[in-house]
Amino acid sequence: MLKVLAVCGLGQGTSLILKMNVEQALADRGIDADVEHTDVSSASNMGADYIITGNELAESLTDHQAKILIVNNYFDMEEINKVIDENLVN
Amino acid sequence: MRFLEESIVKVGVEVSNAYEAIEAAGNLLAEDALIEESYIEAMKNAYKENGAYFVLAPHIAIPHARPEDGVKEASVSLVQLKNPVEFGHSFNDPVRLVFGLGASSSDEHLTLLRKLTMLLNDSVNVEKLINATTYEEIKKIVEMER
Repeated sequence: MLKVLAVCGLGQGTSLILKMNVEQALADRGIDADVEHTDVSSASNMGADYIITGNELAESLTDHQAKILIVNNYFDMEEINKVIDENLVN
Repeated sequence: MRFLEESIVKVGVEVSNAYEAIEAAGNLLAEDALIEESYIEAMKNAYKENGAYFVLAPHIAIPHARPEDGVKEASVSLVQLKNPVEFGHSFNDPVRLVFGLGASSSDEHLTLLRKLTMLLNDSVNVEKLINATTYEEIKKIVEMER
């Protein structure tokens, strides 16, 4: 199954918000994926197909093997849908 | 679990920088004994160490720390700023709404985040929260999402 990591600084709050909205966007498209949330330092040791995070943290994740997707407005479903459509939908 | 009740919402707060804005949102939670003072320090440290990533959307900051930093009850406060403040986020500055998140490890934490996400996913709500002048106006917006 596709694995997606939602990443924030502490893995406690903001990444959970992003996870909820990403799960919604994936469900709307019928994409079966495992979405987890974590903090930026744990993310480097976790395998994933995609990492979704904000622009501010993306720079510290560039060494990760996963494809990094950037969302600027975590509450904008249109932006999240667009990022998913451009990268995850064939 | 506490979510944007009158005692933890303040409208038209004047601060001069991001640290003061985080403090103001944290103080509302501390005054109601929802967090320890140590949690406010932890929120400011998280900002110092990880930057402004918690400015999640245009005008919206959600400062928080870890449950073990001193959260007594899962909670969300709101400080609406009189004058917008720069947090140093490349897209979402300046900040006008600061939601202080008392992050707990309970299921309530998830419930609160879901409520907050439902509220803020609607840009009309965000606009109204920014322009509200009284708690009553904010209460109406929050209650519509219940």
